[in-house]
Amino acid sequence: MVIGALFGFIAGNITQSPYLGFLVGMLAGGAASMIHAFISITLRGNQIVSGLALTIFGLGITNFFGQDWINKKFTIPVNPVPVPGLSNIPFIGPILFNQDFFVYFSYVLVLLMWFILFKTKTGIHLRAVGENARAADAMGVGVNATRYFWTFFGGLLAGAGGAYLTLVYAPFWLDGITAGRGWIAVALVIFAMWNPLYAIIGAFIFGGIDSLQFQLQAAGTTIPSSLLNMQPYLLTLLVVIAATIIVRTRHIGTPGELGVPYAREEK
Amino acid sequence: MPDIVVALKNITKRFPGVTANNAINFELHGGEIHTLLGENGAGKTTLMNILDGIYRPDGGEIYIDGKRADIHNPADAMAKGIGMIHQHFMLVDTLTVLENVVLGLKSQKLYVNKKAVAGKIRTISDRYSLGIDPYTRIWQLSVGEQQRVEIIKTLFKGARILILDEPTAVLTPQEVRTSFDIYRQMIHEGKSIIFISHKLNEVMEISDRITVLRHGEVIGTVKRAETSKGELANMMVGREILFRLKRKPLKRKKKILRAENVRALDDKGLPALNGVTFDVYGGEIFGLAGVSGNGQKILSQVITGLRKVTSGNIFIEDINVTNASAKKITGQGTNYVPPDRLKVGLVPNLSTMDNAILRRYNRPPISNNYFINYREAAEYTEALIKKYDIKVPRKEAPVKLLSGGNMQKLILAREISENPKLLVVVHPTRGLDVGATELIRKELLKERDNGVAVLLISEDLDEIFMISDRIGVIYEGQILGIVNIEDAEIKRIGLLMAGLKDKSTA
Repeated sequence: MVIGALFGFIAGNITQSPYLGFLVGMLAGGAASMIHAFISITLRGNQIVSGLALTIFGLGITNFFGQDWINKKFTIPVNPVPVPGLSNIPFIGPILFNQDFFVYFSYVLVLLMWFILFKTKTGIHLRAVGENARAADAMGVGVNATRYFWTFFGGLLAGAGGAYLTLVYAPFWLDGITAGRGWIAVALVIFAMWNPLYAIIGAFIFGGIDSLQFQLQAAGTTIPSSLLNMQPYLLTLLVVIAATIIVRTRHIGTPGELGVPYAREEK
Repeated sequence: MPDIVVALKNITKRFPGVTANNAINFELHGGEIHTLLGENGAGKTTLMNILDGIYRPDGGEIYIDGKRADIHNPADAMAKGIGMIHQHFMLVDTLTVLENVVLGLKSQKLYVNKKAVAGKIRTISDRYSLGIDPYTRIWQLSVGEQQRVEIIKTLFKGARILILDEPTAVLTPQEVRTSFDIYRQMIHEGKSIIFISHKLNEVMEISDRITVLRHGEVIGTVKRAETSKGELANMMVGREILFRLKRKPLKRKKKILRAENVRALDDKGLPALNGVTFDVYGGEIFGLAGVSGNGQKILSQVITGLRKVTSGNIFIEDINVTNASAKKITGQGTNYVPPDRLKVGLVPNLSTMDNAILRRYNRPPISNNYFINYREAAEYTEALIKKYDIKVPRKEAPVKLLSGGNMQKLILAREISENPKLLVVVHPTRGLDVGATELIRKELLKERDNGVAVLLISEDLDEIFMISDRIGVIYEGQILGIVNIEDAEIKRIGLLMAGLKDKSTA
């Protein structure tokens, strides 16, 4: 995410186009994910260690390449485009349908991912490979190819998240600007039990709490700001604890072979 | 003349050190249930894996419908109408039945027309009375139902020849009933079935014809109507010559192990031991024979404290050790050579030395209660390696790098060095070469001569006959009979193993 944030930001500034910047941010995220894929799929390394190392690497490399960009702004505004008709719905209209292109893109993406995951053969392959690679292999599904592809896809999305942050949401570059939002995204996936439709609801809740702290501060609350800033992270912790309990008692959520490398010849 | 749908001619398959299939001939007629019968390791599954394209044969030919067939992989086999149901199901638990079926289909486009697939699954399910709903998730199904999902998967792809690899091994008796009805229904609908089994009762019930394999060779093919359990048992185990290792005369000492009406459950919570009673004395080898899966493993676990009994008692020298911890039981003088070298016997990634001291790392001289004295540990390991001639690359290297024979020697050496009163040994020579096998057997005899009570649990009847003083036969969790080696006839043991208590060949 942080890699997408920096390289998207740089590309946006050079090309003077938020859309090209966004695209480059995605590709940077995808490229970084390939390191993770190589370690955990081909070398069958530990995914948690690899993932942790990758985040540290991401912070490091962006610190290095981001030196000259610190506190610079991305000046081309991405303006909201109201959706005719829908944006006039009282209350939710302005919230949901008076947004910029990227937000609409996220709506489409969620629906598309849900469709792919649960309605297509590709989605069945993806889930089978994560749940029981041996069975998928026996059925003629290319386990490693599938895992590589979707890891890359995940990298693209993480890069997109980062690029949106520096091109539209902030829009400037600061060292470590993502501030652990990637981890919140991980918690979000757990919260949503690997279902994109729940994920967007969860995203709104997390996002709401994130912006609530600013609203409260702006309203002049007496609660110390450090406590307010803590909220999204606290929620993340609670979600992970709750999800772990739920997953233990019911057969939903966590893919059976999450983090498990696959080797055909091993028993 | 019945039509011959599958003909295997002179199929030979070698693995390093063993010939799993030696010039095997086999024919499957259209519309019959043909059983492959044989002990574990007789080559049944290997032969069927060849027909299914998982292995390539080293020699021989396969004919499907009279035409020479070249089968490179399971997809080839499927294209020719052959589908194999393996012992371990290839199902994704969290997906639905429908999704599992789709997983293996080449024909489906990107978008899955769930309605059409579900409809076809329902049609198959109804025709064979399988009672499977396409939208159920696999984890919600019983093992028997999961097996039926596997059947649906193969039928969906158009299989007309089904290979069932020990399908009843995982089923409850009620599920076996249902599945037999299903197999008959499939035959009725024009399918042909190859049924792999080593359970004589089931074989006699379901088969049209039976081919018996032993040590990778066909002993004979018989019609069910013209044979009997007794004949089949003889074909399965019957051996011409049995040689016995030279040994000193039996000097039976006092009673060491007594099992009294022991009952216990298996991992699935089904009764595995149904009242086992027997004694083992110091200075004798008690060989426990039986077809695999009749409670041997469970029995070894309850005696060594790895599994609780539900009722009954176990005594070591009059001390009641029923449901005591493994540590306490070991302290009473029971040592254990488990059936699974790498999973239970050793810690694969630890070194030879670490594995060698596993029984004594926590007491002097190797430990002073706080630290391990590595010089002592190394000396002790060296001594074991030397005494038992264990070939070790380096004693610091992970023990999983040793050969099977050397692993087994290491385990045996470690356990014997504790000076046990009772030594429980399960499949001690399985998968070992001739030299290692003989060495292990001689060590066991040496322990016997030293007055140790040895309980030898093995599926290898040769081994049991070769070194035991008494032979007990376990069948469906009960000891059906115990005979002295002098009175033991292989025929009688074979019948007992088949669950036939008297001499009639029912």
